[in-house]
Amino acid sequence: MMLADIWSYQIGPDYWWLIVLKGVIIVLFLATAAAYSTYAERKVAAHIQLRIGPNRVGPLGLLQPAADAVKLLFKENVAPAGRDKLLYLVAPAFAAAAAIFAFAVIPVSGVSTVHGYQLHWDIAHLNVGLLYILAVTSLGVYAIFLGGWSANSKYSLLGALRSSAQLISYEMAVAFALMGAVILSQSLDLEQIVLAQHRAWFVLLQPLGFLLYFTGALAETNRLPFDLPEAETELVAGYHTEYSGMRFGFYFLGEYINMVTVCSIATVLFLGGWLPILPFLDFIPGVLWFLAKMLLLLFGMMWIRWTLPRLRYDRLMNLGWKVMLPLGLLNIAVTGAVVAVKASL
Amino acid sequence: MAAILPPQQPGLPGGEDTFAEGRRRLGVPPDLDNVELTEIGEDTMELNMGPQHPSTHGVLRLVLDLDGEVVRACRPDIGFLHTGFEKDFERHTYQQCIPYSDRMDYLAPLINNLGFSLAAEKLLGVEVPPRGQYLRVIMCELARLGSHLIWFGTHALDMGATTPFLYAWRERETIMDINELVSGVRMHTSFIRVGGLMADVPDEFEAMVRTVVHTFPKAIDEYELLITKNPIWRERTIGLGTISAEDALAYGMSGPCLRGSGVAYDLRKAQPYSSYDHFEFDVPIGVNGDVYDRYLVRMREMRESLRIIEQALDNLPSGPVNTLDRKVAPPPRNEINTSMESLIHHFKLVTEGFSVPRGQVYQAVESPRGELGFYMVSDGSNRPYRVKVRAPSFSNLHALPYMVKGELIADVVAVIGSIDIVLGDVDR
Repeated sequence: MMLADIWSYQIGPDYWWLIVLKGVIIVLFLATAAAYSTYAERKVAAHIQLRIGPNRVGPLGLLQPAADAVKLLFKENVAPAGRDKLLYLVAPAFAAAAAIFAFAVIPVSGVSTVHGYQLHWDIAHLNVGLLYILAVTSLGVYAIFLGGWSANSKYSLLGALRSSAQLISYEMAVAFALMGAVILSQSLDLEQIVLAQHRAWFVLLQPLGFLLYFTGALAETNRLPFDLPEAETELVAGYHTEYSGMRFGFYFLGEYINMVTVCSIATVLFLGGWLPILPFLDFIPGVLWFLAKMLLLLFGMMWIRWTLPRLRYDRLMNLGWKVMLPLGLLNIAVTGAVVAVKASL
Repeated sequence: MAAILPPQQPGLPGGEDTFAEGRRRLGVPPDLDNVELTEIGEDTMELNMGPQHPSTHGVLRLVLDLDGEVVRACRPDIGFLHTGFEKDFERHTYQQCIPYSDRMDYLAPLINNLGFSLAAEKLLGVEVPPRGQYLRVIMCELARLGSHLIWFGTHALDMGATTPFLYAWRERETIMDINELVSGVRMHTSFIRVGGLMADVPDEFEAMVRTVVHTFPKAIDEYELLITKNPIWRERTIGLGTISAEDALAYGMSGPCLRGSGVAYDLRKAQPYSSYDHFEFDVPIGVNGDVYDRYLVRMREMRESLRIIEQALDNLPSGPVNTLDRKVAPPPRNEINTSMESLIHHFKLVTEGFSVPRGQVYQAVESPRGELGFYMVSDGSNRPYRVKVRAPSFSNLHALPYMVKGELIADVVAVIGSIDIVLGDVDR
């Protein structure tokens, strides 16, 4: 085979090297974004709580994430006796992986044409992108459950049990919340969903769907008021009580990448993705619009965390099954009816 | 447990045998290493909560029997902060006991000072002048405010709301500043002493207390906005940890925990001390005796404390703050320079303290946690023969197993928060 053949070998519509390149960029971006979300979280928390926050390492404390990473890397990995060695080791890897997987199909900008070549701004352009996201985000629960189970600690076990119950009940509600957007755009392709919002963002047409998704997203990422799996004042640290060093770091990383991911999904599905807020502002690159909207949602999540108390476990399940799920179904029914009536007119 | 053994060196003690010998002498059973990690019986899991746990407020240890997340039984284990202060009282002169009393209920040290001082003064038969009494009231109510602020912050923290904690500490800081102003110390002030106070307050005192009186109502409004009407908070606390008035009395509960159940028992009203009967204030009570009612009682108590402080400040009499009995309170400096008798009094008080007539007395004060009683026996010497402290946290904690039975783990921390225990007070 000629070198040129290898070079032009395609997987789907894309050159293979382009996919690798995009993959590397996205993973680096996510790792950095996660690190700096911890910085942002601490800064936001500090200012809400009349403090200053990290300001010692580098200008404005901007190198704090690096210092944290170094600290975590050099910390001793204390592992409990009686653990399940294999699961204990691999569980943290799941935490980050599941969140990164989901990002593969998220279009961060519209299709651009480079030398006549259609460049998609996602790693894998799937026409069932939304289904893929729903599938892979469910993997996240394995990280928590296996980590909590394998550590052979009661607090970890309780955290793991809580999280599996929580994630399963919220997945359903979240999936239903997203269906409204699918009905309106008549597509599971995330690019098509964004393009369908060029007149009105779905947050305006689907306010209930957005609220349901955002609430569910808080529960899926274990953020307050739904941070029951790691409820530190009850379960010490929940499922990662027995993790330390970089293994704990992976859970930490996973949580923040997950936040970035769910905020990106919400941006794509409800906030018009890369579309500018007003049409004449389209000289600003789509990526920046995407980032700005994502960061806004991220800030919202932090704001909520530092304001509200935690829900109780049984109330949380009630909310998921008895409130959010019926509301999600209602949302689908109403949206479907409106679309059908409009089509028949 | 994997013991790390020192390397065996020839001719030196150490290694496996010495380790085993050491354990034998200490009476450690050899099968200690083979502890079962989970005990399953009657389908419950035993969970050890504390003594190192984020929300047991210090070093309380709870052994919970869990059925899923439901608490079937709760066994508190106390004593991790036992300090033997009651024994220490017997070895120190009365005035030297005051710093020990500070450290019992370390969130409201001044009220401990007051309880001890009042008991000793009752035996001595001395009366503190009105200005001293009013200043005691102001300082004690400030201490109550500070203690309730910490309770508010930690209670919210236990329920997952992190930010109110920091807000509460912001306000408490102004109280700490006042403590520092009057005594030079922020926490363990030992400001209230047998026979009066450490000293009269400086001129800045009034302005600083006025600031507290003016700024706190707004701050408390802010807390209420964050927490009181928060639906998550209400859902979690209403109907939780309910205890009826009869049960609360039977368990010997007092303070806001008892008032939350609807019993209007406040020692400041029931047995007024230190001129509390001069002030107009209400005793807030709850209806259902649940966590939310105890919460509301304390929030309203803060406002009542502010009322008392304002009245005391408006009507603050002038005059001395210490008793004029020179056998108890040291004479002022200028008197020592001129009067031989004063010099002798001063010398006696500094070297051996005052002697207290034979007798026994029980004096209770209303601490932020409830009835703080000092039972004091004197054999006529300059040291108490015996002091027994009736600690409100200890009695209130009794009701915990009753209140959390059948609730969830998350509720255990909520109930502990609502009892507002201080382990220094429980164990002493």
